[in-house]
Amino acid sequence: MALQDVCGFLETLDDISPCTYLPNEMGYMWRTPFEFDRDSAFHFLFPPQQCSRKNRAPTLFSSTFSSLSPHQQPFQLSHGTTTLGFIFQDGVIAAADTRASCKGLICCPISQKIMPIHSHLVVNTSGSGADCMLWERILTREMRLYQLRHRKRLSINGAAKLLSTMLHPFKGTNVCVAATLCGWDGEETQDTLQSCMEIADVKEAVEQDSNVSAISDVSAQGGVKMASINEQDEISKDTQALNPTVSNQNTKNVLSTFGGRSGPRVCYVCSDGLQLKGEIISVGSGSPYAYAVLDDGWRWGMTVDEAVALAREAVFRATHWDAYSGNNVDLFHITAHGWRRRDREDLKEEYYREREREKKKIKEREKERQKREGDELVEGEGDIYSVHCG
Amino acid sequence: MSNPPSCRNMEYLIGIQGPDFVLVAADNVAASSIIQMKHDYDKMFKLSDKILLLCVGEAGDTVQFAEYIQKNVQLYKMRNGYELSPAAAANFTRKNLADYLRSRTPYHVNLLLAGYDETDGPGLYYMDYLSALAKAPFAAHGYGAFLTLSILDRYYRPDLTREEAVDLLKKCLEELNKRFIMNLPSFTVRLIDKDGIHDMEKLPVGPK
Repeated sequence: MALQDVCGFLETLDDISPCTYLPNEMGYMWRTPFEFDRDSAFHFLFPPQQCSRKNRAPTLFSSTFSSLSPHQQPFQLSHGTTTLGFIFQDGVIAAADTRASCKGLICCPISQKIMPIHSHLVVNTSGSGADCMLWERILTREMRLYQLRHRKRLSINGAAKLLSTMLHPFKGTNVCVAATLCGWDGEETQDTLQSCMEIADVKEAVEQDSNVSAISDVSAQGGVKMASINEQDEISKDTQALNPTVSNQNTKNVLSTFGGRSGPRVCYVCSDGLQLKGEIISVGSGSPYAYAVLDDGWRWGMTVDEAVALAREAVFRATHWDAYSGNNVDLFHITAHGWRRRDREDLKEEYYREREREKKKIKEREKERQKREGDELVEGEGDIYSVHCG
Repeated sequence: MSNPPSCRNMEYLIGIQGPDFVLVAADNVAASSIIQMKHDYDKMFKLSDKILLLCVGEAGDTVQFAEYIQKNVQLYKMRNGYELSPAAAANFTRKNLADYLRSRTPYHVNLLLAGYDETDGPGLYYMDYLSALAKAPFAAHGYGAFLTLSILDRYYRPDLTREEAVDLLKKCLEELNKRFIMNLPSFTVRLIDKDGIHDMEKLPVGPK
């Protein structure tokens, strides 16, 4: 297909890193592991220096444009996951599946892809599991250091910039991290403002898919774990620009009336260097499926239940279609008070529940159709050969 | 999911120089593989009151390089008390790009630098990832350039008014909408003249 060719879409999937063999002192061709400059305390923050290879003349295998010779990967790294994060009037929802895959094998069906960094920030990770765990810890350390030095928390955008800058030296190497920082920015102010929940109950008709409402019923039964709560009493939200029937422009008004200092934030950072702030971010092989659901159902003025239901459904649909996503769904909700975690849910159950719901709906529609036909016959049309649609 | 090299050209930049202004536009799509992750991404970096740097290319390189240039131009102003001219800024950018080109970390970015100078007037500079620099009356980057450069050739005149320049820009964007395989729904448009940088209405090219 033209677009596929022009984008080179399938090129990446078939890409195999070239195998490079380097001669050691004895002249044998061995694959050499990365050599670390162990003297530097921050040696893991920089790509390994090629000190031992300085004196070698450039060989056929060294290339101008790569800082390191990649060694043969035993398997293809890919972002086999579905993670998503979005903001709305009452905070941020971060959701992810729990399947860790390695080509065709499910390495771990119960991995945790959403890690809390501090009380008001969680990070959704995808990419290489080891890289993600390491960089989460590095980010946590750097943010804590910032907080200790400057006596205030680093903002989400600042954290994204920090992570992006730390990852930049590794561009071109095999570090594979795609992180979505979801959190609440800023200190809570003492402005007296309307509570968000009042805004949510607004006159506007809620267009809800019955599926979504059904899921939200079930989700209401799910447990909610309070992991950390701030001592602040009030929830401060700026309501001047808040309008549930908001367009993109109004959302920006809201975010800017937060003064850029306080409010929900979602930020995407990739080891490629891509850094994006947005309202809805989804990453991974299942992200196209999730985007489709999110784009359809997202509104700024959603209630918490609606948002949770939307996130669950997005992950559910993605896990249905994507082979590399599945098992359970984790869900975090971050507000000005901190993050709260919902109990992990098995999506297999959800799949069967949905099948039952569909069966019930078909039966109901059938009954309705028969009833309608029955009524029309009674009305005296007498034409039993007429066909009714729907 | 890293983008293959061919993906870098899907973005579009265009600049048109008039007798006393420069009009520039950039698309608003931030894409990762086949997904449009953002629809309102701003690809222009303000170097000074009258200089804009438009930057597209490899995912992380664009922001890193453009911000590096931006901060250095601002540092120059702080140290010396006066701003770099657009020509000087363009040459500074080119020198940096060239220095990095044969290093371990070359930046794969395509740039347009647009500015207004008190003495020299308006200037539009085209720079590509191999750090080739050319001052041009009109310029474009990306696959979209293939479709629009001939339109610019036909209708460009050195004494365009602002309205005519915007019309010419609209013509180009309509052609993109008609023939370019990628959907680029909206473009940020800015105009630089002796009074500074002016934001103009975003151009969403609707279906005809």
